[in-house]
Amino acid sequence: MAPSGPIQVRGEVLSVRRVGAYFHVTLLAQGVAERVRPGHFVALAVGGESSSMLLRRSFSIYRAQERGVYGGTVEIVLAAHGPGTSWLAGCRPHDPVDVVGPLGTPFALPKDPASCTLVGGGYGSAPLFSLADALRARGCRVDVVLGAGSEDRLFGVLDAKRISQSVTVTTDDGSLGHRGRVTDVLPAVFARADTDVVYACGPMAMLRALSEVAAAHGVAAQVAVEEAMACGIGVCMTCVLPVVGDDGVTRMVRSCTEGPVFRGESVRWADVGTVPPDCLGAPLPAGGH
Amino acid sequence: MVDLRTSLGSAVLPNPLATASGCAANGRELSRFFPLSELGAVVTKSVMLAPRSGRATPRMAETPSGMLNSIGLQGPGVDAFVEHDLPWLQAQGARTIVSIAGGSIDEYAVVADRVNGAPPGSVAAVEVNISCPNVEDRGLVFACDPMAAAAAVQAARRALDPAIPVLAKLSPDVTDIVTIARACVGAGADGLTMINTVLGMVIDTGTLRPALAGVTGGLSGPAIRPVAVRCIWQVHAALPDVPILGVGGVRTGLDALQLVLAGASAVSVGTVVFNDPSAPVRVLRELHDALEERGFERFVDAVGYAHRSFEQEYA
Ligand SMILES: Cc1cc2nc3c(=O)[nH]c(=O)nc-3n(C[C@H](O)[C@H](O)[C@H](O)COP(=O)(O)OP(=O)(O)OC[C@H]3O[C@@H](n4cnc5c(N)ncnc54)[C@H](O)[C@@H]3O)c2cc1C
Ligand SMILES: Cc1cc2nc3c(=O)[nH]c(=O)nc-3n(C[C@H](O)[C@H](O)[C@H](O)COP(=O)(O)O)c2cc1C
Ligand code: FES
Repeated sequence: MAPSGPIQVRGEVLSVRRVGAYFHVTLLAQGVAERVRPGHFVALAVGGESSSMLLRRSFSIYRAQERGVYGGTVEIVLAAHGPGTSWLAGCRPHDPVDVVGPLGTPFALPKDPASCTLVGGGYGSAPLFSLADALRARGCRVDVVLGAGSEDRLFGVLDAKRISQSVTVTTDDGSLGHRGRVTDVLPAVFARADTDVVYACGPMAMLRALSEVAAAHGVAAQVAVEEAMACGIGVCMTCVLPVVGDDGVTRMVRSCTEGPVFRGESVRWADVGTVPPDCLGAPLPAGGH
Repeated sequence: MVDLRTSLGSAVLPNPLATASGCAANGRELSRFFPLSELGAVVTKSVMLAPRSGRATPRMAETPSGMLNSIGLQGPGVDAFVEHDLPWLQAQGARTIVSIAGGSIDEYAVVADRVNGAPPGSVAAVEVNISCPNVEDRGLVFACDPMAAAAAVQAARRALDPAIPVLAKLSPDVTDIVTIARACVGAGADGLTMINTVLGMVIDTGTLRPALAGVTGGLSGPAIRPVAVRCIWQVHAALPDVPILGVGGVRTGLDALQLVLAGASAVSVGTVVFNDPSAPVRVLRELHDALEERGFERFVDAVGYAHRSFEQEYA
């Protein structure tokens, strides 16, 4: 059996390439790649060893290769958003980067061949390609829907064509594909592909809307959420969201360990950012930290 | 090789490195990165009587060399903790310092009593987190009032086997920390943990609103280390025989050494674990080397050392 669980390694940047609005970063991270399953993420330390930025930055794994030319590599797709991601985007080959991974609970794969629709919003498409490989290896049908604000924020349209039955593209501004949201096109894709499961990664608002469409069409949804994380490894409790368990009880659940992948209908989307009053342990008496 | 053994009251530890409450959960996640038995102690997340959901998100904001958190003591409640976590920690060979919290004196007493019922040997010490608002007294934080702090410590002390040392965890957000320290020791604390987070606030300049759902939060990380060193220094000067578990902004062995030289008999690594999950064992190694380089044969000889040279040179 392949080794499992996260490790911490001193990695190295092999390359940073611009792809549209994003950066494709390849990291040498010995020992991480062979543990990766689709949906896992890595948490990277940013700014160097004495950086004043203490919290790790989390990124979905786009590709993991056990045996690259230099050894095991992990690839991510990042949007330079704030100081940590900008630092990463500015890294040069051979710069050291401390890598913790693989982290999180990966996508659940169907036992029998099924029809699977994969939906990515912006850089959220990154983890879908390795997922598509795993699904196809199980004999599943794969259709892909990619959405973004504009053409330069789409990632992997060509990749997607190679690995799927069909690719549908949406942009908010109509610069490529259908003008509008991924949820506009989903019912048609579900009907055409006779979709059993939809897998999605992207902004929270997209995941919420998609979970609703999936539920309305009787399609199971597996969604990878993105909540602000401080540690990524499950010790700080910053990354929680309200999730209904199999027992019907809502709990504030860590998205870094119990997630980032959840069943779409288990997340209480309307209550994200709050503690619902019927949640286990709520309402809280004032204060404490 | 430096002899790293130390003690916190009657708790004898093979070395002075511990995790900090709330920064290591209950050990399982960190045990994937190093064996917990290598640490002097694991300090667990503060546990209260009932399960708690904690506060709404966002619960954290990164700040220069630190962070703010307003987790709100999310946890499973003391019964689940005693049933599931303590035996697991014991099986790992960890020495466990159980952090307890309460919103009332009675809650401190009941939680301590439940912890006291745990299998013998599974609790090395109990840390009483008094940084909770006192629901019986206008939400005033226990740690900010000597009477309330003493009452909470006394409630825990009475409920526990005298063989289990009690550490009172102090807040730096007070006018005179020595007064609070004295009150806690007077109430039966065998030692003190210093410091808890410093109350802070961040405003999001994009939304023009507080960054945390809880508005204010606790500041931690290297940004607060000088505050920790100062608090430890002041209390050790006033109460030199009371053991101190130093906490606050430790990132390296030299940071830990500062707390030790100020008077800490052991040191916890908190927020820096988020940056480096193996920080506790790394800091231990670095602390060992730093002591060796400075000619210390025993760790305990370094405890409070800065006071000694200060008195000799300036007395
Ligand atoms: C599971 C997961 C997978 C992700 N995958 C990708 C990816 O593939 N590509 C990509 O570009 N981004 C991804 N993100 C988002 C990325 O982690 C944040 O954009 C990044 O942490 C922001 O850091 P910063 O220093 O630029 O911004 P700042 O806003 O300065 O960050 C400050 C702190 O807040 C945290 N934070 C801020 N925004 C987010 C966020 N959206 N999600 C999580 N933490 C946040 C940071 O980690 C840091 O601790 C992912 C997030 C998660 C949780
Ligand atoms: C996310 C987080 C949660 C915390 N939870 C607790 C807690 O439950 N009980 C407690 O006594 N201290 C808690 N603390 C405070 C730490 O134990 C420690 O006193 C403080 O963070 C200073 O140390 P540091 O700078 O090394 O983090 C918490 C700190 C953080 C950052
Ligand atoms: S990010 Fe720390 S518990 Fe999830």
